[in-house]
Amino acid sequence: MAMQPAEIEALIKAALPDAQVTIEDLAGDGDHYAATVVSEAFRGKSRVQQHQMVYAALRGRMGGELHALALQTSAPG
Amino acid sequence: MTNPVFERIEADIKSNPVVLFMKGTPVFPQCGFSARVVQILSHLGVPFKGVNVLEDMEIREGIKAYTNWPTIPQLYVKGEFVGGCDIVMEMFQNGELQTMLKEKGIPTSAEA
Repeated sequence: MAMQPAEIEALIKAALPDAQVTIEDLAGDGDHYAATVVSEAFRGKSRVQQHQMVYAALRGRMGGELHALALQTSAPG
Repeated sequence: MTNPVFERIEADIKSNPVVLFMKGTPVFPQCGFSARVVQILSHLGVPFKGVNVLEDMEIREGIKAYTNWPTIPQLYVKGEFVGGCDIVMEMFQNGELQTMLKEKGIPTSAEA
């Protein structure tokens, strides 16, 4: 089951309202995405913690219906 | 609360300085993301133990709960979770991985 980019973005923004989210469909198959997420909430957090926040926002879909989401996270520079 | 799977995971990450929970084996990875981390570790000449989660359903699910991390591969150095494929790649590219390994006293044979 593939997920639409808009759905991924909406889930991330529901948890991190200030997030700037860019999603790229890597393989054009609606199943392999790369996402860049920039949010003030990441400031002072380790990379592992930042990714965990995004995974939490996706509420269990990561590793399930969302097979591949390459993540890059940062606080606004 | 003790969880027998968590105890097995802890035994692994405490008795081996570098452990990669992966799909397939270091010689024959069965997933592109696992293969990428193996490539980085091999390039740096880091000795590591590969744990094939495809051979062990308990570990496959257990490691996700243990780390609160939904995907495989997962890299541990000196008992500490470092990250999955994206984080390891990013750290390798900016040199952080090499610095971290050196600080933790892990021998590497190559400088990137």
